[in-house]
Amino acid sequence: METLLAAFDLVFRFEVMLVILGACVFGIFAGAMPGISATVAVALLVPVTFFMEPVAALAAIATAVAMAIFAGDLPGALLRIPGMPASAAYAEEAHEMTLKGQGGTVLMTSLLCSVMGGFVGTMALAFSAPWLAEFALQFQFFEYFWLACIGLSTAALVSASNPAKGMISLSIGLLLATVGFDMISGAPRFTFGSLHLMEGIHFIPVMIGVFAVAEVLRSLTHPASDRREHAHVQRIDLRAALATIWRYKANIGRGSGIGTLIGALPGAGSDIASWVSYALARRFSKTPEKFGTGHPEGIVAASSSNNAATSSTWVPSLVFGIPGDSVTAIVIGVLFLKGLEPGPLVFVENAPLVFSIFVSFFIANLFLIPVGYVAIRLASQLLRVPNTVLMPIVLLFTLVGAFAINNSTMGIIVALVGGVVSFFMQENDFPVAPLILGMVIGTLLEQNFMQGMIAKGGDLTAFFGRPIAATLGVITILIWVTPLIAAARRWRQMQTRHGGPGAMPHRNSAGNPTAG
Amino acid sequence: MKSMRTAVGAIAIGVMATLTLGVGAAAADWPDRPITLIVPWGVGGGTDIVARTLAAQMEPALGQPVNVVNRTGGSGIVGHTAMATADPDGYTIGTINVDLSQLVCQGMTDLTADEFTHIALINTEPAAVSVGAGSDFETLEEALDAIRDNPPGTYTASGSGTGSIYHLAWAGLMVTAGIDPGRVTWVPSDGGGPSLQDAASGAVDFVTPPLSTAAPLVEAGKTRPLATMGSDRFSRLPEVPTIEEAIGEAWTSQTWRMIGAPKGLPDDVRDKLTAAVRAAFDSQPFTDFMNERGFALTWMGSEDAKAFHASEDSAICEVMKAAGMI
Repeated sequence: METLLAAFDLVFRFEVMLVILGACVFGIFAGAMPGISATVAVALLVPVTFFMEPVAALAAIATAVAMAIFAGDLPGALLRIPGMPASAAYAEEAHEMTLKGQGGTVLMTSLLCSVMGGFVGTMALAFSAPWLAEFALQFQFFEYFWLACIGLSTAALVSASNPAKGMISLSIGLLLATVGFDMISGAPRFTFGSLHLMEGIHFIPVMIGVFAVAEVLRSLTHPASDRREHAHVQRIDLRAALATIWRYKANIGRGSGIGTLIGALPGAGSDIASWVSYALARRFSKTPEKFGTGHPEGIVAASSSNNAATSSTWVPSLVFGIPGDSVTAIVIGVLFLKGLEPGPLVFVENAPLVFSIFVSFFIANLFLIPVGYVAIRLASQLLRVPNTVLMPIVLLFTLVGAFAINNSTMGIIVALVGGVVSFFMQENDFPVAPLILGMVIGTLLEQNFMQGMIAKGGDLTAFFGRPIAATLGVITILIWVTPLIAAARRWRQMQTRHGGPGAMPHRNSAGNPTAG
Repeated sequence: MKSMRTAVGAIAIGVMATLTLGVGAAAADWPDRPITLIVPWGVGGGTDIVARTLAAQMEPALGQPVNVVNRTGGSGIVGHTAMATADPDGYTIGTINVDLSQLVCQGMTDLTADEFTHIALINTEPAAVSVGAGSDFETLEEALDAIRDNPPGTYTASGSGTGSIYHLAWAGLMVTAGIDPGRVTWVPSDGGGPSLQDAASGAVDFVTPPLSTAAPLVEAGKTRPLATMGSDRFSRLPEVPTIEEAIGEAWTSQTWRMIGAPKGLPDDVRDKLTAAVRAAFDSQPFTDFMNERGFALTWMGSEDAKAFHASEDSAICEVMKAAGMI
């Protein structure tokens, strides 16, 4: 209790509050720009934090990331251009709602869910960090492999209107993820002797191309007059937002829980948490057929999930000094710089400071509500801007972002090529979100499979050799097999009906392997 | 709007002036614009954070900001190449890492020590041998005996990618102890941090990241260090012996970080840069940062750094040949 009071004393000061507010505004801009990832935003903040006290410095980083993860939804919902990879899973769904004139409401829903997810993640960080860290340390190559498999399976659920085209899109993403130096063999792959391709293809420029550049092209070929007629006015209906949240409260709980667990794993983060939560929301939904038509259920789950993950990502960094993602890798540097050495003793030796970080997480989440509200109001005005003005600006900003990722023109080329490819894919009803998923998960999947196989000398049973791995493996296989069984059953019923009462469905179904 | 136009005009004039005056005039009034420091690794990594802290402290000495730019990929080839092929005008400098010597030996790049102007060496970081808390091994001696007595492939080791400095550190230790490096399977990983996690979870038997990285996990009781590959013990974990103390054979292996520039940099600009790096190296914020992080402060001036880089180019290649890594 004394610790907590000391922590409050450290946080509730004018400078710290001012820093949190400033970081909120900064996070909005960073998150809404498709080219600025949470990592880049934090890297930009670091030199500024040199001049701050420890609490203010860490609060600034935590706030900016929480805000940026929400702000990624703004262009995602309004323009169908997700500002963050973590928003890519449900950008299309949110945009459908904007076309119905519900853009303000869906963003408000997403904002409040982000705040609640952030609270859950922070509570988990404050009260179960050591336990969560133990859990994360149980994960070996095999567990990560299955987690990646579950992540991949979500592509089929996200693109259920046409699973085959979804799989093709996913495969393109997986292929792109193999370009560059192979970590396992040290050999370059698909580089054609080009130094630039050796770097690998960074997925942020691809995301910029696939969503932003393609959207600019679409606006040329599909003049917006009829599509955006209703979209000019985006009222924020707070009552509707609260009603939605209440109706799908189970999704907030599940999304936040999944986000917290996945975020605590080094090597997975808010991106993957967001996809898995969206897919599970659909899996357990009473009305899965509404997904993809502007239905808020999945958005509720995913936006609470990715914000929960941003808090729990700090767990392995604080407890073991192992960064959960590139943001916390920078955070570890700042921790050292502020004389806070990560380790299990940090909760004992520096208790007031550590708890003040948690308190500042809470404050940051509270600040999200008013700042986020203003941002939604302002961003909604974007839709009043004529396309002929808006789209060139979008193109300019996103290409600058694509360049800034590596300070190389390669990013711009990748974004432009990705945009043209994505445009043609979308014109032919290919979903493009699975492509991004493939790029996010491809490396995780391949590396852990290869590492596991090398460590165990190629023994495939190792994938079921440990309790967590076996459980995750069985879940994965069930996810894959269930639709096949369901399809087989439907086919059998159809056979029974067509064949009349005397038909022999058993022999029929057994004799035809193409039932799925 | 008007002020913007003026600013654009000023920049345009500045650019033209630079172009017409060219490199020749640069030395006298160098530096008259910001300097770019290329880091071939990602934001937040060890090299990045050292470079950023150093760069911030170089500004007072130079009177111009030093901007860190990350050019990642290709195991560092991309960034190192970008720096080495820039104009030797003193406005593009960069970090040079030990990894480059290995890439040269593997034939992945031609960037030997001759391709650079060396400004200074600022840091060396010894590798170390650690095991997970669940491991049977309490000393390096026991571990090496077990590797000798069991069939090849019984044990696994990790630390970074195949052919990386940490792989080399391990292979060199095996060769020094008279063991065929092939007896232990090398599991490539994404770097020191992830490999330590693999040791803690029991996924691999031995890992080789430096003790500065491993310290939090050691203090948490999740990993156990057996020996450090430095010539001296590590101050934060003074009970960990050096390799020589542990097995009686001398073997050291360390990563190092230098600040360099493209070859052909004028001598007076080089000397000014060395002086600026030295001022930053001695500054309180930088030494505080390095000490807190557990990074060793090691200094070599321009000539020493060049000689050391050249000696590493050949020494690393010898170990790699002996270990059968090329």
